[in-house]
Amino acid sequence: MPQAANPPSRRLTMGKTIRFTIDDTECLAEEGKYVLEAARDNGIYIPSLCYMRGYKPRGGCRICTVMVNGRPMASCTTPVTNGMKIDNNTAELTEIRKSIIELMFVEGNHLCPSCVKSGNCSLQALAYRFQIFAPRFPYQFPVRDIDASSPKLILDLNRCINCRRCMRAVNTPDGKSIFGAKRRGHRISVKIDAELGQELTDEQATFAMHVCPVGSIQVKGNGYITPIGQRRYDPGPAGLDRDPSQIPTNGEGQP
Amino acid sequence: MVNATEKILAQFNHDRTRMMDILLAVQQEFRYIPRESMVIIARALSLSLVDVEQKVSFYHFFAEQPRGRYTVYLNNSVGANMNGRQKIVEAFEREANCKFGSVSRDGLIGLFDTSCIGMNDQEPAAIINDRVFTRLTPYRVRQLVRDIRAGKPMAEMMTEGFGDGENSNDLIRSMVGNNIRLKGPILDENYKIGAAIKKIAQMSPEQVIEMVKDSNIRGRGGAGFPTGLKWEFCRRAAGTEKYIFCNADEGEPGTFKDRVILTQFPRMVFEGMIIAGYAVGATHGILYVRHEYRYLQQWLESVLDGARRKSYLGKSIAGLEGFDFDIRIQFGAGAYVCGEESALIESAEGKRGEPRDRPPFPVEKGYMDKPTVVNNVETFCSVVKIALNGGEWYRSLGTKDSTGTKLLSISGDCMHPGVYEIEWGFSVNDMLDMVGAYDPQAVQVGGPSGSIIGPDEFGRTLSFSDLATGGSLMIFGKQRDLLRDVVLNFTEFFIEESCGACTPCRVVPVLLKAKLEKIIAGRGIMKDLNDLSAWSRLMKANRCGLGQTASNPVTSSIKNFRHLYIERLHQDKDYEIGFDLDRAIQDGAHAAGRKPALTETHHG
Repeated sequence: MPQAANPPSRRLTMGKTIRFTIDDTECLAEEGKYVLEAARDNGIYIPSLCYMRGYKPRGGCRICTVMVNGRPMASCTTPVTNGMKIDNNTAELTEIRKSIIELMFVEGNHLCPSCVKSGNCSLQALAYRFQIFAPRFPYQFPVRDIDASSPKLILDLNRCINCRRCMRAVNTPDGKSIFGAKRRGHRISVKIDAELGQELTDEQATFAMHVCPVGSIQVKGNGYITPIGQRRYDPGPAGLDRDPSQIPTNGEGQP
Repeated sequence: MVNATEKILAQFNHDRTRMMDILLAVQQEFRYIPRESMVIIARALSLSLVDVEQKVSFYHFFAEQPRGRYTVYLNNSVGANMNGRQKIVEAFEREANCKFGSVSRDGLIGLFDTSCIGMNDQEPAAIINDRVFTRLTPYRVRQLVRDIRAGKPMAEMMTEGFGDGENSNDLIRSMVGNNIRLKGPILDENYKIGAAIKKIAQMSPEQVIEMVKDSNIRGRGGAGFPTGLKWEFCRRAAGTEKYIFCNADEGEPGTFKDRVILTQFPRMVFEGMIIAGYAVGATHGILYVRHEYRYLQQWLESVLDGARRKSYLGKSIAGLEGFDFDIRIQFGAGAYVCGEESALIESAEGKRGEPRDRPPFPVEKGYMDKPTVVNNVETFCSVVKIALNGGEWYRSLGTKDSTGTKLLSISGDCMHPGVYEIEWGFSVNDMLDMVGAYDPQAVQVGGPSGSIIGPDEFGRTLSFSDLATGGSLMIFGKQRDLLRDVVLNFTEFFIEESCGACTPCRVVPVLLKAKLEKIIAGRGIMKDLNDLSAWSRLMKANRCGLGQTASNPVTSSIKNFRHLYIERLHQDKDYEIGFDLDRAIQDGAHAAGRKPALTETHHG
């Protein structure tokens, strides 16, 4: 995979096997592994969006929030410790996770039927998983840019959910960020570097598109290669076998 | 431009972790950060341009476009509004001939809002080119703009006398007042740096930590973590390179006691940091000061130089071989969230001030991933007094679970706003009597991230087990509309100051604001009130303490002042009033400059 410059996930300590529980199910993991990864190793699915397997996590989307000893924590950044008691599948957490997905829908302009990523989109797949028919929050209809200045990419911020996967994963070989976040708070927006965006290779562009869980980053001239019906989430919503943290490499992420 | 930027880069050894200082210097040079400079910085530090841009655009006081040769940052906190800010806004806009958020056509004056600048006891206040002007009036604004147009230097524009205490020091020369109203052990003027260092130099670092633990002191920033325990964790953490951070980024609206300490007792702060350095085994200290207090820069630097000359800083402090410690001052650039300790560290490393995921905690992996202690300004001062008088003495002050004294920043509707040093366990009623607040409607305890309480709860006491506070107390009289003047203002503050990393903190306050406005405008129904409560609950999923408390203005006002919401709701409707025909016609007629004949007939 090109440009995967970041080191694999940091582990605090290695080796020792410890016991913990998720919803009272006994689990085993290597000490120091992040809760999200440890859960998946034990066959337990925790929904996630900004987390990418193999990259340093940055608990930003908060969808993977679990209760650790009664306190809400992002499971992608919390190392598992011996005897940890984790709640995952509770009504309260489902409500929080579902709400966060709804917040993402109203924060941007997500028009699934006309989006090139439909069927390959992790946000859409999670919405189906949580059975969201319409968000309970009012749409914000923000005015957002579409940046097509890069010869290889279109950056459509209407669809951006600020997961920052592109910022973390897509770098030049000498470690420079190609994507960055401008401003802060609700005015935050992802930006592609003016110079580096001009110099993207086909491989970098395709990788960036695969890293993006939604339809914000598209490779130019590459729409609808995979027909609807054969797309990643067409057989069913996000879950164990179609894991949003897995960056697709076999073409199934291509819109 | 190229030369000046390159000179600045050289001054900071092309060190990208000093990005804040580089950008502050560039901004100082050009009064904004030109794109050309960003390109040069990016090249020199092997960063992409977007990486520099994302740092610049994070901080409120970094400007990507020129903001006028004179830039007015007018505080927009509740305290300012309560003291006639609106009149000041109108005066500035009229005199400068431009609106807030813009620069006058000739590029002379820029008018901008800014979050609380730590002057809540002397509002309305503005920062103009790093100088603070307090107690503004429309007449004073006219004078200021006239002086600006006449090209007067900043120093000559101040017609007011200097503030009390060190505010008149040649290195400060500010009109800001200390307003110290009640002195205790910390605000005691009989203080000289050195005695506490001498005392601890006779103890082992472990004994110092034991002493701090024995005092039971808890962090003064608001979270209240036991200081001795924090130091012990850091001392035990692996590694030889460790750091002591002093958090002087007091951004909680209504807080200003750290400003008074930095003005009056900076030596005590540094002495506390030195003691911490000895106890923890750290050789470097960083005082992180909010940008709003830049007018104190020369003063603080000179105090540091004085401490170095007297060998309180440097090598072999107090004659102890191996007791090496020095301090540098890091200024911020306008971001409330940097008051969160891990965001503070990120910022000091030259990054966007976004809180880190924890664990690991700073005591294990902090500044430059080295073990780091972050304590509040007041905590370090308290430690000096503990070193001088012992843990047992300290425990004799305050209550069992909240030992010692606390500096309060008191403002709002009262006779004597200012800084008061009280013992923990002080009741709200006593506080109100102390400051001359008669018949108040509400008290905001702990700033916007704290809670708002009514008279029913004025019998409660300030302590970690009852009303915990970092020290911001705002008093609201009966004439205030709590929802419009307070809750809405605080919610806007949190919208402005969210770093934007976590989804709930980025989106929910914006939604809460719209609901609040709907209710305040008299268009709300019961569902809107329920939504406010339900949506606020999502905030607990945020990463940092600041994000988790950003809905507190809404939740605590619903809890303690529910009737203020209820009385504004349509009781007879249970459906959404998205559109009000009468009102729309009125607004339309008003916009067209006609009399709304239809509505008048309709209401007959």
